[in-house]
Amino acid sequence: MSDLVLLRRGVYHDSVSLMRVSSSLSALPGVQVAVVAMATDLNVGLARDLGFDVPDADPSALLAAIRADDADSAAAELDRLLEALSARSAPGEAAQAPPRTTRAAARSRPADLVLVSVPGEHAFAEAMDALEAGLHVMVFSDGVSLEQEVALKRLADERGLLVMGPDCGTAVVAGAGLGFANVLKPGPVGVVAASGTGAQQVTCLLDLAGVGVTHVLGVGGRDLSAEVGGLATIRALRMLDEDPGTELIVLISKPPSAEAAAAVEEVASSLRTPVVRALLGDTGTDLTAATGEALRALGRPVPQWPSWTPPAGSFTGGGPLRGLYAGGTLCEEARRIAGRGEFTDFGDDTYTRGRAHPLIDPSLRLEALGRCRAGDVVLMDVVLGHAADPDPAARLAPAIAAGPAQVVVALVGSDGDPQGLRRQAEALTRAGAWVFASNAQAARFAKGTA
Amino acid sequence: MTELLSAPPRVITVGAALLEEALAAQAIETIPVSWRPPLPGTEDALAAVLADPRRAAANATAVRRLTSAAPQLVGVRRASELLPGRTFLHAGPPITWERASGPLRGALIGAMLLEGLAADEAEAERRIGTVTLEPCHHHRMVGPMAGVVSPSMWMLEVRDAEHGGSAYCSLNEGLGKVLRYGAYGPEVLERLRWMEEVLGPVLAAALARTGPIDLRGIIAQALQMGDELHNRNRAATSLLLRELAPAIVEAAPEQAAAVLRFINSNDHFFLNAGMAASKACADAARGIPGSTMVVAMARNGTDFGIQVSGLGDRWFTGPAGVPDGLYLGAYGPADANPDIGDSTITETCGLGGFAMAAAPAIVRFVGGEVADAVNATRSMYEITLAEHPAYQIPGLDFRGAPVGIDVTLVARTGILPVVNTGIAGRVAGTGQVGAGLVKPPVEAFTAALTALAEAL
Repeated sequence: MSDLVLLRRGVYHDSVSLMRVSSSLSALPGVQVAVVAMATDLNVGLARDLGFDVPDADPSALLAAIRADDADSAAAELDRLLEALSARSAPGEAAQAPPRTTRAAARSRPADLVLVSVPGEHAFAEAMDALEAGLHVMVFSDGVSLEQEVALKRLADERGLLVMGPDCGTAVVAGAGLGFANVLKPGPVGVVAASGTGAQQVTCLLDLAGVGVTHVLGVGGRDLSAEVGGLATIRALRMLDEDPGTELIVLISKPPSAEAAAAVEEVASSLRTPVVRALLGDTGTDLTAATGEALRALGRPVPQWPSWTPPAGSFTGGGPLRGLYAGGTLCEEARRIAGRGEFTDFGDDTYTRGRAHPLIDPSLRLEALGRCRAGDVVLMDVVLGHAADPDPAARLAPAIAAGPAQVVVALVGSDGDPQGLRRQAEALTRAGAWVFASNAQAARFAKGTA
Repeated sequence: MTELLSAPPRVITVGAALLEEALAAQAIETIPVSWRPPLPGTEDALAAVLADPRRAAANATAVRRLTSAAPQLVGVRRASELLPGRTFLHAGPPITWERASGPLRGALIGAMLLEGLAADEAEAERRIGTVTLEPCHHHRMVGPMAGVVSPSMWMLEVRDAEHGGSAYCSLNEGLGKVLRYGAYGPEVLERLRWMEEVLGPVLAAALARTGPIDLRGIIAQALQMGDELHNRNRAATSLLLRELAPAIVEAAPEQAAAVLRFINSNDHFFLNAGMAASKACADAARGIPGSTMVVAMARNGTDFGIQVSGLGDRWFTGPAGVPDGLYLGAYGPADANPDIGDSTITETCGLGGFAMAAAPAIVRFVGGEVADAVNATRSMYEITLAEHPAYQIPGLDFRGAPVGIDVTLVARTGILPVVNTGIAGRVAGTGQVGAGLVKPPVEAFTAALTALAEAL
């Protein structure tokens, strides 16, 4: 077994693509561990924690740390995989290099929207390019400063454009699912959401109740702060109001500043389209209740939300409660409802700098699950849809079955999602988990009051 | 604004490939960006400069002024009329004799001899301290290679008919052993004296007859005839000669044959007119607060310097690189001087390396294949603000040449301007040893970006 540490300058690939390279390498016979990532402090630290001797590195370099019986052949495989990544974006038969900036892309062909998911400290430049080219923009990246968010949204406001985000995890625009997006039926509901996973929970429950959506417009978690003043929320509300297909607007917001709340309320109450307000937080509602309210506003019955119980064993509960979440809003909601326990949001900036979001890369959560003890109750979310882990149960179910803790899962997904909602639920229950389509119900169950 | 919601969007994706794949899997049209992090250390300055609310409008103004300028050749003037006394000019950012490279020293020696300030090389070196050295760019002038201008030389005078500015460049001496490459032997001085006594006055008289000659028009036509206006000026020289010939014959029948033969024997005769035209265009875009556009790139054989519209007359420099090119005769890379000359004013205005795709005849300089020339030009669209409305490239479906280098785009992409250049011999007096491509130093651009951020 030998260690190989490589630092390569001038090579860049996004964290998700590199995660795939890491897992391909790790799957090779004779390879104990492989970390292939950009050399951010977090990733260098991760490699050092694994015992690799990593020199200080420029964060723009690519780091590969491999421990294998035959490190040389693993390195050759690494080269092959990296080459394949570059080849994917290589010029076509016209030998025309792909655009290097959003600005160049916008000049190359007509477009409507820019989806920015570069590391947060670089997202501003790309989003500015979008606005300067007259394009709407969704900033998926997190770690964008508040100052930059304000600058982007003010410019967008001047130009009549929408900035979704920053840290906007999901959107649906005229049927196109952007970011982490569930496959939703077309229907009468338009959603404006300050929270990505919050929007996913509401729209998936609506979908399970047979109600579809027109559009889901994310605005980012800070849009209703005093600094931003609800600029994106107001624009999104107006856009949905003018959209002929939208009969009801659901506005999912986090606790707003007083000024932003007043500004948004003034617009919301002036719209022709009715607005159901779902204010999350200590004094507000939960996502499942808000969904019920929306259904009632449409004159639709509120169904029993699906849940699945394991074939054997009964829930004893009562032990220490550990929340291992990928969705920030879902984590907050569960923490609030449970009222006790130790909750971790693995989707937070501190865990995602230079690595993929936990909806894609489950490793950190699986490690945390592995540390749980007998008697612990683990509450976690599994979010399905485009861009999420193509089969989350494949790695999670064995970990649940192997561990001593009792596991409760909030499974956020629709029947149309590529992972298969029911197939995932069955795999998780077979491993011994209690599974709920509603996060609020999952939290109440885990707490012991369901 | 509801247009966004009326049909599935066409989405530019920049960042995680997974998100682009997820859209493609839904049959949504995507335009993926091949993104890479910016040059190391530029993150903070980029964020600050990109957030400057003046930037977009300032750059639009700067590049509009550059591309709408209408340079016309209006006459020739003696440098002595345009310069303070005992002042010699040189190419590039400011430099002292002590730091000057071989070709610049050679050209300065030649100018001392030409002006009668020294009788021989040794005396010229000893007395060089008696003249003031200043960059051509500080006097609205440009000079190719060493770019040495001394009082007795004739300067092409170009006026910008759109904005009213003037710019000047010396007369081209031809190829081989010439002053601009640092040669100062008897035949060099003899040619310079003929230019002083015959060529200059004849051109002055001829231009008085023709009236202003539209250089913007000649450049636009020459691009469609296979010139890129830096390393190839054959078409433009021919076009200028056509404009001038009748007037030269009328103005100076006795000397016309010699003058026409001189112009005809030098494919680069137009280069200096094109440089003065480019200088006039670039100067029209100077001094616009908040603009991140480059208005000068110039080398003195030691340093490569740039100036930026929003930063006044400050120079940002880095070491001049040695060109990568083809060599004449038995010369090789060991004989090459680091990059020198103000002729990069052509690249500053979308010509030269930026218009390489227009000049398939000289693709040997850029790697040997026409595709390399096309790629060179295409890559310059990544770092420029606009496409030139008059300078078009036939091989790219008459797309306008990439023009208006933006230092923020250089920092974001790491793509440096493609610069075509002649190569001077490193030993004073050698002359030209080759021609090729040179990479500007990245620190000139990052230093300018930092200064833009500090100026906020």
